[in-house]
Amino acid sequence: MRLPAKLTMLMAVLAVSACTNANRFDNGAVDLNAATGSAGGIVPGSASDPSSPAYFQQTVGDRVLFAVDQSSLSPEARATLDGQVQWLLTNADYNAVIEGHADEQGTRAYNLALGARRANAVMEYLIAQGIPASRLRFVSYGKERPIEICSEEACYAKNRRAVTIISAGLSS
Amino acid sequence: MKQVVAMLLTVLGMAVSAPMVAMAQSGPLRIEITEGVVEPLPYAVPDFVAESAGAQQLAQQIARVVAEDLTGTGLFREVPREAHISQITSFGSPVQFADWKAINAQALVTGAVSSDGNRVIVKFRVWDVFAGTELGQGMQFAGTPDGWRRMAHKVADQVYSRITGESGYFDSRVVFVSESGPKDQRVKRLAVMDYDGANVQFLTGSNALVLAPRFSDDGQRVLYTSYETGMPRVHVLEVGTVQSRILQGQDGVMSFAPRFAPNGQTVVYSLTQGSNTDIWAMDIGSGGVRQLTSAPSIETAPSYSPDGSQIVFESDRSGTQQLYVMSASGGEARRISFGQGRYSTPVWSPRGDMIAFTKQNAGRFHIGVMRTDGSEERLLTASFLDEGPTWAPNGRVIMFARETQGAQGSSSLYTVDISGRNLKRVRTPEGASDPSWGALQ
Repeated sequence: MRLPAKLTMLMAVLAVSACTNANRFDNGAVDLNAATGSAGGIVPGSASDPSSPAYFQQTVGDRVLFAVDQSSLSPEARATLDGQVQWLLTNADYNAVIEGHADEQGTRAYNLALGARRANAVMEYLIAQGIPASRLRFVSYGKERPIEICSEEACYAKNRRAVTIISAGLSS
Repeated sequence: MKQVVAMLLTVLGMAVSAPMVAMAQSGPLRIEITEGVVEPLPYAVPDFVAESAGAQQLAQQIARVVAEDLTGTGLFREVPREAHISQITSFGSPVQFADWKAINAQALVTGAVSSDGNRVIVKFRVWDVFAGTELGQGMQFAGTPDGWRRMAHKVADQVYSRITGESGYFDSRVVFVSESGPKDQRVKRLAVMDYDGANVQFLTGSNALVLAPRFSDDGQRVLYTSYETGMPRVHVLEVGTVQSRILQGQDGVMSFAPRFAPNGQTVVYSLTQGSNTDIWAMDIGSGGVRQLTSAPSIETAPSYSPDGSQIVFESDRSGTQQLYVMSASGGEARRISFGQGRYSTPVWSPRGDMIAFTKQNAGRFHIGVMRTDGSEERLLTASFLDEGPTWAPNGRVIMFARETQGAQGSSSLYTVDISGRNLKRVRTPEGASDPSWGALQ
């Protein structure tokens, strides 16, 4: 009885994580929302399933924001990360890649290094709260992958971010 | 890449009325670039003479590219062809100096082109119109028909060098990042082009994000950063075969901002381990590495002095990005930037006398130059976002990327003289960034 159920969930998880990877820079949330369906119950792998990456992204909160040229974690960021810690402790089958980003107000190489600082600030916090380092990796995109494209602080504030991307931890 | 030019440099054995003395040393036809030219020197380039059937079009095209090169420097002003009194119908005939004086052309470039379909020969002479003498000696270049632009650039380099006393920069190539797509889904590919934007060739596909290519001094190899493996890693690409390989593939670390040492054997780059970024050097043959900086701050954008003995780089160890110089073997670094704002992306000039940089101050970006000790800082540009200077082979011109503001913002390449004059956009088929100007070919 339990075995098939778990298998089904695993498959859903793999499908979602593949989708997340493929759409990492698009608005992948749209697809994930669509998976919620109208059945009313919890659809495994959908945003209503607390153990799904979609839930992590939308409900727990997958990103924290930073001040200009800073990589220190604000109280709000820590609160979000505490939620991430709880989720990652509960869902030990998953790994995470933390992506660091910068806004466009800076030179390319420096922004890569700054994005790495931000990603590592998150990674170090998660590790300090008990997530095994072996489950976490980081990468910086510097200013190469903005999600908001205006050249104003409203956009810059959202681009100065570290995003925790959940990946299936079954392989590697 | 195929347009190999066999450069004969043959002195033409023709009788010329005036003795062939080295005119570059003296005489009125001379531009002193160091004095900062305000009034460009008027010159004329009539269509080159077609000396074989079917060379007509090539003869015209070559003369036009020579004129574009010379006028493009801002140091020369072409007297339009409509104003010419004399026509050059034979390369060997005496020049009617009075006709060129009358239209105030101080320099005259005459040339001839012959082609048998497989091989093109371009001959030229430079004349000092007011002295009524030839400037330097007649010369010829030979090459394949598809290398005609290179031959034109070589002629222009000769004219430039005879009149300014400095080497030119026209027969050179630029490796850069070609950009397409909207700001939040930008596609970046490596590409190489002639200095003037002609002959663009792509070196990578659009599957992986690529950044900041850098030519080796011999132009045979390109270092760049690619996300092909998911992490930014330094790659090296052979231009001839377009084959690339990962140079720094260590697990769990990022490597970027690579640059060749003048010897072409050592590569210097940034390595990020955890939150810390330092500068490392690698012997490209053995793969042996050496850490050159070890500070908890960000050290990046290293660039060698032309003699290979020193490295200029940026660091935020003082709290903001500033420029530092250290020995090529690492160790103690000396800060050289002290003005307002942040300094980054330093690049040592090929002459060794200056360092170009990006400066951010009061919400604006600038390209600037300073002496290697940080003195005589001069800002050449100002815009919403200018970054990443690279030097022309003769150290007189800088190319950089300029990104426009807003949601529709895009990046283009520009050149500017180190005097701050003659700001010009380089024509590229798509958006463009991260230029690296190669040596004279």
